[in-house]
Amino acid sequence: MKQYYDEPIAKSSRIQKLVDDLYADMPVIEADRAVLLTESYRQTEAEPVIIRRALAFSHILKNIPITIRDRELIVGSATKAPRGCQVFPEFSFEWLEKEFDTVSTRSADPFYIAEDTKNTLHEVYKYWKGKTTSELALSYMAPETITAMEHNIFTPGNYFYNGVGHVTVCYGKILECGYEGIIAEARAAMEQCRPGDADYAKRHHFLEAVVISCEAVIEYAQRYAKLALDEAAACTDETRKMELLQIAKNCARVPAKGAANFYEACQSFWFVQMLLQVESSGHSISPGRFDQYMYPYYKADMEAGNITRESAQELMDCIWVKLNDLNKVRDAASAEGFAGYSLFQNLIAGGQDAEGRDVTNDLSFMCIEASMHVMLPQPSLSVRVWNGTPQEFLIKAAKLTRTGVGLPAYYNDEVIIPALMNRGLSQADARDYNIIGCVEPQKAGKTEGWHDAAFFNMCRPLELVFSNGMDKGVQVGLQTGDVTKMETFEEFYDAYKKQMEYLISLLVNADNAIDVSHAERCPLPFLSGMIEDCIGRGRSVQEGGAVYNFTGPQGFGIANMTDALYAVKKLVFEEKKFSMAELKQALKDNFGKGLWSDTVEEITKDVVNNLIKMGRTVSKEDVEQISRTVIGGTVTDEQKKRYDQILEWIEEVPKYGNDIREVDDFARDVAYTYTRPLEKFRNPRGGQYQAGLYPVSANVPLGAQTGATPDGRLAGTPVADGVSPASGRDESGPTAAANSVSRLDHFIASNGTLYNMKFHPSALSGTRGLINFTSLIRAYFDQKGSHMQFNVVSRETLLDAQQHPENYKNLVVRVAGYSALFTSLSRSLQDDIISRTEQGFDR
Amino acid sequence: MEENYRQTKGRIFNIQKFSIHDGPGIRTIVFLKGCLLRCRWCCNPESQEFGIQTMMENGKPKVVGRDVTVDEVMEEIVKDMPYYRRSGGGVTLSGGESLLQPEFAAALLRACQDYGLHTAIESTACAKWESVEQLLPYLDLYLMDIKHMDSAKHKAFTGQPNERILENARKVAQSHTELIIRTPVIPTFNDTKEEIAGIAAFAKTLPGVRQMHILPYHRLGQDKYTGLGRTYEMAHIEPPSQEHMEELLAAVNAAGLKGQIGG
Repeated sequence: MKQYYDEPIAKSSRIQKLVDDLYADMPVIEADRAVLLTESYRQTEAEPVIIRRALAFSHILKNIPITIRDRELIVGSATKAPRGCQVFPEFSFEWLEKEFDTVSTRSADPFYIAEDTKNTLHEVYKYWKGKTTSELALSYMAPETITAMEHNIFTPGNYFYNGVGHVTVCYGKILECGYEGIIAEARAAMEQCRPGDADYAKRHHFLEAVVISCEAVIEYAQRYAKLALDEAAACTDETRKMELLQIAKNCARVPAKGAANFYEACQSFWFVQMLLQVESSGHSISPGRFDQYMYPYYKADMEAGNITRESAQELMDCIWVKLNDLNKVRDAASAEGFAGYSLFQNLIAGGQDAEGRDVTNDLSFMCIEASMHVMLPQPSLSVRVWNGTPQEFLIKAAKLTRTGVGLPAYYNDEVIIPALMNRGLSQADARDYNIIGCVEPQKAGKTEGWHDAAFFNMCRPLELVFSNGMDKGVQVGLQTGDVTKMETFEEFYDAYKKQMEYLISLLVNADNAIDVSHAERCPLPFLSGMIEDCIGRGRSVQEGGAVYNFTGPQGFGIANMTDALYAVKKLVFEEKKFSMAELKQALKDNFGKGLWSDTVEEITKDVVNNLIKMGRTVSKEDVEQISRTVIGGTVTDEQKKRYDQILEWIEEVPKYGNDIREVDDFARDVAYTYTRPLEKFRNPRGGQYQAGLYPVSANVPLGAQTGATPDGRLAGTPVADGVSPASGRDESGPTAAANSVSRLDHFIASNGTLYNMKFHPSALSGTRGLINFTSLIRAYFDQKGSHMQFNVVSRETLLDAQQHPENYKNLVVRVAGYSALFTSLSRSLQDDIISRTEQGFDR
Repeated sequence: MEENYRQTKGRIFNIQKFSIHDGPGIRTIVFLKGCLLRCRWCCNPESQEFGIQTMMENGKPKVVGRDVTVDEVMEEIVKDMPYYRRSGGGVTLSGGESLLQPEFAAALLRACQDYGLHTAIESTACAKWESVEQLLPYLDLYLMDIKHMDSAKHKAFTGQPNERILENARKVAQSHTELIIRTPVIPTFNDTKEEIAGIAAFAKTLPGVRQMHILPYHRLGQDKYTGLGRTYEMAHIEPPSQEHMEELLAAVNAAGLKGQIGG
């Protein structure tokens, strides 16, 4: 007998209909939550903030419109319209107000917004002026930090404008005890509070807030129970009527109580998952080890003969569809950075348990099957791989990869577990890790990880080395000296390291300011009730209630910086092909490939300032004339020729991604310029900073803000994604590229590294293709790489999809730590994905 | 073979990692320079001359061919050790024709076996038997091209008759080395059902041979002819259709062999 059931399971006809309904229309922005939140806030101004949060949450859940969509088996929707989104003015609102008229027409993630919704939100926003977390955060930041942010050195936009999210709660506990269990626990803790305790006020109020929130959730489920009963009474279709009655029965019991069977467990899970995303706008609310905490209910029902594999699969498929029903509107710039309407709800299958045994089970396989059935970007499906992973499980995963949906992502237990232990997790907790969002590991139900805390563009500090810290006429970085006078590579590299260290400290300043503002203005009692040890400590996660606390901002541009610094080392200092002064000018002139708008602006400003200094008055027309002159003629033909020669020399220098030991070891060192300084810093919750090395999709928009770099990258073009080699520079095939990437220190980047590979479908054809593919993953992991993900789609297909998006509405590609619908991505991001080297197995 | 066999020198023109079409698992292919055949469709025309050549590639001159020791090649090969281990892969010598550098080829295969790697050659078998014999002790799998049963036609399209090839095929089979017969399917040359069936019938008579691969003609080598200043005589030939390949596959299977399209 087979140990695992790895056969395909039939897809119920219900699922495709649910999917089609979901994608029928453009997503809509709805105002209900914002209105209710504001109503409540107006009435609770005298209350402590934690109570206000709980009361507002309760007010929302009592009054927000609820709906059961056609054919649903799992119910609970945050919006009336499918894939709609609510807004969260307590975090920030100005950007949305500014973008009201463009949000439906922008290229990345458009949303429809009705005129009356705009008017309603205008009214609501009046209340929030001066009360948001982002405003408070800004006021907490050091002036030099704000300058650095304005100059795009780093972008903490994620938590600056939104809730934090990025967490996995103790789903298993809710399935087992229900919210009645959490309430009982909070009440018991309240009884332990003595009025004379120093922290009585905070502790007691926090626990009260937990109780209020949990009661609100129970009541909300009861609203669904009643709605289902009402709809059943009016329903003429007997089958549907029975379904609705069953739904009513489920919602009457869960999530108030522990789940009695698999169906209730599914419904209970969904309420937790959805309502976390009503309490706060934080994304990456990750279901984590679904195959583990759901398994006892599945097993019991299967053994009792209450369910079949097919009926269980249908329920899971329904959850998979619902995960795509949630949505979030982001500001235009962030939408580019997180393109694809993604919520990064990462769900992981397989791996070890706390005792180190492999616990891959039937549900692990069914998780993959569900993604094959729905073929949608959510959940961000991941699989855990270690030496004990059953081969049939990897093959099943590879079959999903082969569909081209960009799922699953593969994670290496053999790296992540020790990396987490190095950050202070117990062995048992580290073994039980799951992935948050893109690639960030944490122990579920115990961690406030602040993963994804900012994007740090490693190319910008190098630009500042060339400009002695100046950017657009402002001192942004340190004065590391005149770059043309540097005599050794070590001196030059030291200047880069100094700029890095300084700018990293400003990044920390920004993140910590935002962290404090969340604690002060938006603590989350509902979430905190599901994170150990908030109830024990009597503090929200925002105030350090979690057992493990981290902040994990991600750096990107390793490949560019390796190639750039290495080229400088070889060509300027060793071979002396050109001087630093010439390189500096070449970068300024964008290697003669046309001036970049930012440079034009900067030169124009310089000229104008000099004229003013000389006492001239400069009219608007004068400025335009100067600007035209700048664009027209700064680079002579002779210079252009010389720049082409320089580019050719740069091209010939060995590049990261080709399995060249010397270059790869250098890359390892360059990565340390980000990962090592960062881990010295602490956050206000008492936790450590830990680096990630991945860009989500920000390498494209942030590349657009980056001038030319000495690796021959032109101004404004994308920076390399993740730890992957720069586009088109890994010319020696996938094993060579993977070997190079594996030479980075993935252990110190404990907030996750991201390695993208793109394959032509032919690479995975046949059983042999699948087996070789899994061997590739295992061999990369043998060398201690941490993560791998794949785009399996031909270049021709993607080009055709750009031409005829209407034919490719469902084409899912891997963007970064997630997959998205290709046609929903901006053109430049589409181009970037197409240009990533396509690794083939063919000659 | 002497003790310092890892210093043996040979001439190669490419090392290609991550091949999954020339033997089991994930493999590295070492392309040796020089071949007796001049197949009109050859997709590696730069492999034919033993001499080091200059070929234009993307508008730039590229030197084709370099002399290396076994040790130097092994340095590249061992970089992918984790992939061979996980996939049961190894190394395949291709070309050109590795039999034309028997000392080097044998030493290289021996070095691979020292590392426990699976070894294969992809070969025309157009060489002295003594050369073949030299390799066999270090060879796990012989992927042998048999292109046509009619010696005159073989000579017309490849420049060499086929008698020696067929004789070597029989001897290799008798040596108990695993042997797979491969036939490139070239329209206007050997793409009829009868011609393929003829090769399959011959292959079936070889003791121990159970598999035959038919490889559809492709034009990927066309630019290289231009780069070498040569004329590509096959420019007008369309690759065989999938349906036609399926028919030929049926003919192979009908002969009692396990057929496969592609490597």
